[in-house]
Amino acid sequence: MAFLEIRDLGKSYGQAQILKDINLGVEKGEILGLIGPTGSGKSTLLRLIDLLEEPSRGTIILEGRAVSGRPEKERIAARRRMAMVFQKPVMFKSNVLENVTFGLMVRGEGQAEQRKEKARAALQAVGLSGYESRDANTLSGGEMQRIALARAIVLEPELLLLDEPTANLDPRSASAIDSLLQSLAGGRTAVILATHNMMQCRKLADRVAVLVEGRITALGRSEDILGQEKRSGTSGWKVPGSDLPW
Amino acid sequence: MLSRGYHMRITLKISMFLVALITVSAALSAADEGRLKIATTSSLYDTGLLESIVDQFTEENSATVQIPSHGGTGIAIAAGQKGDVDLLIVHDKARETKFIEEEDGLERRCFAYNYFYIVGPEDDPAGVSGLNASLAFKSIMEKGLSNPDQVKFITRGDLSGTHSKEQSLWKAAGYNYSAVNTSGPWYVDAGSPMGATLIMANEKSAYTLTDMSTFMAYKGNLTLVPLIEGGDELLNVYSAIAINPDKHPGVNCQLANQFIDYLVSPQCQEIIGTYGQEEYGKPLFFKGEGNCDIMGCSVEECVVPTQAGCAQA
Amino acid sequence: MEEIWNGILRAIELIVTLNPEVMEITARSLIISFTAATLAAAIDIPLGGLIELRVFRGKRALVDLIQTLYGLPTVTVGLLVFLLLSRSGPFGSLELLYTPTGMVIGQMILISPILIGLTISALRGVSPHIRDTAISLGANEGQVIRTIIKEARFAVVAAVLIGFGRALSEVGVAMMIGGNIRDYTRVLTTSIALQTSMGNLETSMALGIILIGISMILNLSLSRFQGR
Repeated sequence: MAFLEIRDLGKSYGQAQILKDINLGVEKGEILGLIGPTGSGKSTLLRLIDLLEEPSRGTIILEGRAVSGRPEKERIAARRRMAMVFQKPVMFKSNVLENVTFGLMVRGEGQAEQRKEKARAALQAVGLSGYESRDANTLSGGEMQRIALARAIVLEPELLLLDEPTANLDPRSASAIDSLLQSLAGGRTAVILATHNMMQCRKLADRVAVLVEGRITALGRSEDILGQEKRSGTSGWKVPGSDLPW
Repeated sequence: MLSRGYHMRITLKISMFLVALITVSAALSAADEGRLKIATTSSLYDTGLLESIVDQFTEENSATVQIPSHGGTGIAIAAGQKGDVDLLIVHDKARETKFIEEEDGLERRCFAYNYFYIVGPEDDPAGVSGLNASLAFKSIMEKGLSNPDQVKFITRGDLSGTHSKEQSLWKAAGYNYSAVNTSGPWYVDAGSPMGATLIMANEKSAYTLTDMSTFMAYKGNLTLVPLIEGGDELLNVYSAIAINPDKHPGVNCQLANQFIDYLVSPQCQEIIGTYGQEEYGKPLFFKGEGNCDIMGCSVEECVVPTQAGCAQA
Repeated sequence: MEEIWNGILRAIELIVTLNPEVMEITARSLIISFTAATLAAAIDIPLGGLIELRVFRGKRALVDLIQTLYGLPTVTVGLLVFLLLSRSGPFGSLELLYTPTGMVIGQMILISPILIGLTISALRGVSPHIRDTAISLGANEGQVIRTIIKEARFAVVAAVLIGFGRALSEVGVAMMIGGNIRDYTRVLTTSIALQTSMGNLETSMALGIILIGISMILNLSLSRFQGR
């Protein structure tokens, strides 16, 4: 069984069915790219995996044990093995350091000094050294996104969920983050990367799942899937990355 | 671009509102000529006697009588001194005399009386039962000083008519009031109206001085009992004084005198003498008529119609 | 009008000469109401957090009820607490009637709807994304509540200051539960009532001005704090 298994997952809000028959697996050390047009349900899927909401149907299984549909105590334990970076991250009303150490504080991990050290390392990794005492809410969108990423990686999560992590970044910063993500995956982290950016996906993802209108229409190795899309040119869905003059 | 219909509706609404406003203010101010304002003390007001008298009076005289001030004697006198009321009905001879001397009031008319009670816990730890008022106070102070947990006295501490009476009793018992006031934890200064003071005395199983009528009204809720119920020392005389229109122009002197004349009339005296009989088993007041000596009021001021005319401008 | 002007002069006189009785009464007012506000906050802020952040049946009705109780007449609360603390009441044996502690309890009850309700409003002003972020970073329910309260801290502190102000200027509870006992439970508001009933209008006015002055300082601090 894969580290993260998703079986027959479905999610509806009233009459609207956002996700249907999702079956996926992600291994540790693997980056799974999740691509699809806006509104296809990528964010919803990530939220379900992060156990922010309960699925309408199906199960989410982490390391062989079901984590969806479980009592809150178990869900909290499961969430503490994951970390998520939202599409438009929000910062706590505090300085950068407190934002980044939030997850560590909440888990009661280590002493204050150790937490600060880890936070500084994480900030360095995302290229924001020296930002510790800045007011987090005065930062630019791109800076906030990187703080959110630092906030996640400082926790050394076993499963990392990323919803458009470099959408607001300039190409240089985005590229640096891409390298960071690559280095993470080599280790023990399973990563799901939801993105619009084909280039990024092709570069980083080992496997790719294509999500269209709530269903997985394709799942396989990234060369196979993305390569195919590029070649076919007849897919009803525009592939944005390939049009950009990188 | 708003339709003419809309404008007309707005205009109509505003006019109606203005008409209503004018009518109401006219009604309110028209009342002034036939309006009498009385300031009185809470111990009298709370019994409801005045309201009964007022009801009768207004029936026979088509006037409006209001009692906007019925707190402490102090605030009643203050209202009189500012000319905010037309008539004063209180129970503090010393201050009433001063009030007239200072020409704030015309003349004093005693019209009713009752007695203060010294009330306390049923087991009477200070042993006052059977003593006269000043000896009772003496006993309470002595026992209170030596045993404040057992014997306490609650004072209203608000310079009310009741408080004035209390102070004169301490004096009669041979003490300087300021000495009593600060002598120890047995003497509790509540700074409260009569009802609240009774409730506190009840809670603390303490002694206090109360007017008869408030006590009767609260009796059902109290475990306190009256230990001393009469005697000259505990006399409580109510008088009425019309405010002097020379010093305070604008007061309704005519109506005030009319009301006083009604208070001393045999018909009203009858109401006073029987008030509370049904509800409490005995009347709460004694009529002034025929009891001038008991009340210590001179013939000129006891239950006779008003003499001083309203020097009219 | 004269009274008002004379009242102002008298107030200045009382303050400048550090009139001991007035100082004592003022200090007592501040201590009792401050204690009430702090203790109530310790209970009501987390309670507000729990109510706002949990989902349960009748939540809406509960919040409506709380907001209705903002304007509880102080004499009604006074009466209620009196019945509880009286010798003949359920908690009579605690002997809290006519004590400052009893007044603190009464005022705590009086201002709790305000503290709970305004905390709930304050928390509603926090973005729902904060909640998701906190949860996804592993916070449990208590930690989420604390985080959101922290995010809303300015509005929450404002709520406490408002509660403090209400406790300071109320007279119904102070009178009924405290009894206005000189040197023991007499506070500014009950003194004002007493002085008024005695006809000492200037002194009454002066005390009122002192009370208003304190409220003004409170409100100025509030604005400064919020202005940040």
